[in-house]
Formats: sequence, C-alpha cells, structure tokens
Amino acid sequence: MNSEQNKKVVIELQDVRRDFKVGEEVVHALRGISFRIYEGEFVTIMGTSGSGKSTLLNQLGCLDTPTKGEYILDGVPVRTMSKSQRAKLRNRKIGFVFQNYNLLAKTTAVDNVALPLMYNSKYNARQRREAAIEALKAVGLGDRLEHKSNQMSGGQMQRVAIARALVNDPAVILADEATGNLDTRTSFEMLVLFQKLHAEGRTIIFVTHNPEIAKYSSRNIMLRDGKIREDVQNDNIQSAAEALAALPVNQDD
Amino acid sequence: MNFINLFKVAMTAIASNAFRSFLSMLGIIIGVAAVIIMMAIGQGSKESIRGEIAKMGTNIITIRPGAERRGGVRLDPSSMQTLKMEDYESILKNKKYVTYVSPEVTASGQCIYGANNTSTTIYGESLDYLSIRLWSLDDGDFFTEEDIKKGAKVCVVGATIVKELFNGSNPIGKNIRFKSIPFKVIGVLRSKGENSWGMDQDNVIVTPYTTVMKRLNAQTYFNTITCSAITEEMTDNAINELTDILRESHNIKDGAEDDFRISSQAEMMDTMSTTMDTITVILVVAAAFSLLVAGIGIMNIMLVSVTERTKEIGLRMSVGARGIDISNQFLIESIMISLTGGLLGIILGWLGTLACHAVGLPAIIPLWSIFVSFAVCTIIGVGFGYFPAKKAASLDPIEAIRYE
Ligand SMILES: Nc1ncnc2c1ncn2[C@@H]1O[C@H](COP(=O)(O)OP(=O)(O)OP(=O)(O)O)[C@@H](O)[C@H]1O
Ligand SMILES: [Mg+2]
Repeated sequence: MNSEQNKKVVIELQDVRRDFKVGEEVVHALRGISFRIYEGEFVTIMGTSGSGKSTLLNQLGCLDTPTKGEYILDGVPVRTMSKSQRAKLRNRKIGFVFQNYNLLAKTTAVDNVALPLMYNSKYNARQRREAAIEALKAVGLGDRLEHKSNQMSGGQMQRVAIARALVNDPAVILADEATGNLDTRTSFEMLVLFQKLHAEGRTIIFVTHNPEIAKYSSRNIMLRDGKIREDVQNDNIQSAAEALAALPVNQDD
Repeated sequence: MNFINLFKVAMTAIASNAFRSFLSMLGIIIGVAAVIIMMAIGQGSKESIRGEIAKMGTNIITIRPGAERRGGVRLDPSSMQTLKMEDYESILKNKKYVTYVSPEVTASGQCIYGANNTSTTIYGESLDYLSIRLWSLDDGDFFTEEDIKKGAKVCVVGATIVKELFNGSNPIGKNIRFKSIPFKVIGVLRSKGENSWGMDQDNVIVTPYTTVMKRLNAQTYFNTITCSAITEEMTDNAINELTDILRESHNIKDGAEDDFRISSQAEMMDTMSTTMDTITVILVVAAAFSLLVAGIGIMNIMLVSVTERTKEIGLRMSVGARGIDISNQFLIESIMISLTGGLLGIILGWLGTLACHAVGLPAIIPLWSIFVSFAVCTIIGVGFGYFPAKKAASLDPIEAIRYE
C-alpha cells in the first residue's frame, strides 16, 4: 500500500456498520469496515454469499447509508447527507454496473447511456447524445448506437450498462457481479474492458464470486461475516486480453 | 429533470402503453363531453327562453286576485273575485308609471263555424291589449271604444282559428259561434307560432272584456289585469304604484296583507333563468361525477404503472434521479393523460352540441366551460396523480431495482 499513499483518496470508510432489522432480530451485515481506495485502483471484493458484499457496494454507491461510521466519497462525507443530495452524488460521482444490466426496455443504446445525464441540468439534448456516443465507442459499441435493449446480446447489454456507468465521468465505477450472467468468453471480454478503463486511470470496484478475477485486479478485499478478512495488493496483474486469446475458440455450451 | 425531458419521458410512457392510456382517457373524454353538452344545453335553453319572454314584452305586469299563497293551499273563492271595475278605473285615473292597462276575463270552450269546430280560449280585453302584448293585426281591424261600451259581439282571431275553422280562407265578416253566441270576426292576428314550452300562441280569440263579462260569463270581476310599465326599468316603480292604487281602492289597512298579487315579466324571466340555472347545475354535477370516477380510473392506472415500473424507478434513482424527479415524471404523465382526455372531450362535446342543434335542441357552449374543463382536467391530473407519484418517489432505490 505504500506506493499508493501519495495518491488521491477516492473512498474512505471509517468503521462502517450496517444493521438490518428483520422482525425482532438484528442482522449485522457490515460489522465495522474501514479502508481507503485510491484513485486509479482496480479493487475486487470477494467473499461467500451473505458476507456483505452487496451491502458494502450499496454503501459505496450512496444507495444506502451506514448505521454507524463515516463514508467519505471524493472528500465529501455521505452519512449526513439528505436523500436528494445523495441522488446528486450518485449522478455526478458514481457509475453503477448491475449484474442484470438494468437497461430501460424498448430504448436505444444511446438513450439508455444518456439516462444519467437527463438528471444533470448542465447537459442539453445534444451534449447528452454526444457524451453517450463517446461512452458507447469506449466500450466498443460505436456501431450499435440505435439498437434497442431487446435487440442486443447479454454481452452487448452489459457493455451498454458499462457505458452508462462511464457517461458522467464518475470518480468511481462500482460493479456488482457484472460478469455473473455472462459466459466465460464474454466475461473475459468484460474484464478486458475493465482493464482498459483501469489503464485509462479509472477507479474501479468490482464485486465478484469468481476468485479467478482477482488475478486481473490491482487489489483484492475478502469479506467474511461483514468484516474484512483479507486485503491484499496484487503486484502481478494478469492481462485479461491474453487470457481471452488463450481461450479455446469453440466455446459453445 | 427539466420540463422538456419530463414531457418526453411521459410521452414515451404513454405511447408505449397507448391502448391502456386511451382507456383511462376515455373516462375523462366522456366526462368532459357530458359536462360541456349539459352546460351548452342549459345555456342554450336559458337564452331561448329569455328570448321568448323578451318577445312577449319585458315590461308586462300582471295583477291577479287573491293573496300570495305560500306553500299551503288557500283558495277562498271570494278572494278570487277582488279585481273589480273600480280598480280598473282607479288605475286609469292614477297611473304614472303605467302606459297601458287591460282588464282580462277569459272563457274556454268550443268554437264553431259551419261544420268545423275547435277548442280555444276567448280573451276579453281592452283596447290596450295589442300594445301590451306587442301583437299586431295581419288583416282587418281591432274593436273600438264603442264596441267595449256596447259589449259588442265582435272579435279578432289567431292564425290557428283561421286554419281550424276557415281552412285558411278569409274569415273577416264571418260569424263564429262560441258557447252558442255569435261573434263577428273583424280582424286576424299576426301569427306568433309556439313559444318555447310548446304553447300555441295563435289559438286565441280576443274580444271586448265587457262582452265576455256580460254575455259569456255573467261575472262582475276580472280574472287578471294586465298592464305595461313605461319602460322595463320602470317596472318596479309601476308595481309599487299599482300596489298603492289597489290597496287604496280595496281599503286595505296598513300592515294587512294584499288581496291581490302583482308579478312582472322581468320577474318571470328571472325565475325562469334561476330555474334553468338550477337544472343546469344539477345536470353538470351529475356529469361531473363521471369526471370524478374518471379521475379514480386514472389514479388506478397510475398505481398499476408505478408498480409495473418499479425497476425502472429504482434504476432512475440509482443513476441520480431525486424523489421529486420521479414524482414529477408520474405527475406529468397523469396530467397529460387527463389533459389529452380533456381536449378530446371538448371536441366530442362540441360535436355533441352540433348534434343537439341538428335535432333542434337549443345548445350554446359557454366559452368559459372550455376553460373550466381544462382547469378541472389539470386538477384531476394533479389530484389523482399525486398519490401514485408520491408512492413512486418514496420507493427505496435498492429494493426498487431488485423488484421483479
Ligand atoms: N434489506 C435487507 N434487509 C435485511 N437483511 C438484509 C438486507 N440486505 C442484506 N441483508 C442481509 O445482510 C447480509 C449480507 O447480504 P448481502 O446481500 O450484502 O450479501 P452478499 O455478500 O452480496 O451475498 P451474495 O454473494 O449472495 O450476493 C445477509 O445476511 C442478508 O440477509
Ligand atoms: Mg450480492
């Protein structure tokens, strides 16, 4: 971590706890999480089912607030913010990629990608479209601009979702099981894309079940029972592009 | 989100559920059309009745015998005979605000000429009657002062009598029989047709009042006395004047009730207008209830829409939509549904009004009813869209986005 210390801190968690009340019982989904994520890191978060990965990511994405502890995003403390302030924060600083894409049905790729900018009054219609096209080009969908979500493959839809996460030039990209629904080849294509974004200097936090994926990130955080069990730097980042090339060509299943 | 974006999003949502949106509009369309048609019929009837009454002379004042009967029935026969010759003479002598006076005695029965007969009413009047009623003669002459003095058996007849008894041929100089008394026809009244409540104004015979009193009814009192005020504006003064004259003539002490009633055509016009207004209000309220039901229909559809689009709402929130953005989106959608419905309803109402005209119902769309319709539709859109919109805005983004 030493090499990162002179870099800008994008995310800082200070003893974050999140309790859920289920009937009479209290579920401690997060039991005191503290870490810093620096600009340009590609962090994978792993852990068994129920270990609190999604809960943690919802905290990072300002979709939820901690029961206790502080979350500072890009220098702004989140816990005391109002709902609409958090909405604005999600709009300007965060790009969220969901496991099941979550695109608007019957809507073109461009319109889907431009959606976050609809909630930013700084963009007019033309600027929204330009930004959306640029983001789609960045994920390699420059030739699918006017395709509707139901006319695309799973991989293409996930690319559109990634483009949407990029379009507002966020401080951090959050992905929850972004490759969970995809076949091996397409998963690697996504990883190639994330690595490319990482190489461009983006901060990425990637929640996954698949331990393989940790090899392609710069840092891996392991959760268990709402606590950090392991937080390791990966000095030997593998190239997803090479792994993709090495995959057997006929991958029909 | 700014208004143009909201508008676009709402348009897309409505268009992607075009049929359902149309169905929920239908209630509004029918409701607004019903309200507009009802208002138009109310307004149209009112104006046609006012026109009718105005044609009959707005300065006419009618004096009837007997005290004003409030609620209960108080028909003392002697009180029905209070209008006497002395009253008439006293009015003629003292009138200042009254131009014309005609005592009236009537008799109804069969009228015969040759083999033809018809049932009609014979009006005994003074010379002033035509001037009061604004009637005129098409042919022949009215009776004279001399005829009144003698109680001459002469008459002028309406167009219906000419048609029924003379088959349209010239009746002047012919003798008709009413209750076996012969009357010589000396004039024909100009046709006035039916009035708006369907009464034939041409089925009349007018003769000197003395003739009816002496030869037909053998009565010494009048049924009514009809007067005309100098002008419509002077009607109230004329009524006061007539009241004073009659109280004096009847020796009514201060504080005692009148034994006659005086009413003016203007009063009747007001009563008619008020009655029509009441009927219109009842009709419009009934129609407005269908708008209420339509509003509930919209609320229902919007609630379904919010539930169906929970995931979309969650997504929009997760990319930065605030609660107000979401609630505005649904509000605009419901306002657009109800306004579009309102617009179509106005068009349908207008077509309905044309149809009313085609079948002869008087109907005039008051311009303000269109503005009111628009306002009501906006209120419905906001009012019934508010709860669903609020519900949408209060969704939790995490749960909404997971919603299947
Ligand atoms: N809204 C909620 N209400 C109550 N309990 C919750 C809620 N969300 C999460 N939990 C609980 O918090 C714990 C962590 O859940 P979380 O979804 O973060 O796990 P996860 O690591 O993402 O699991 P998976 O890998 O299966 O997605 C679980 O025990 C879960 O039951
Ligand atoms: Mg999860």
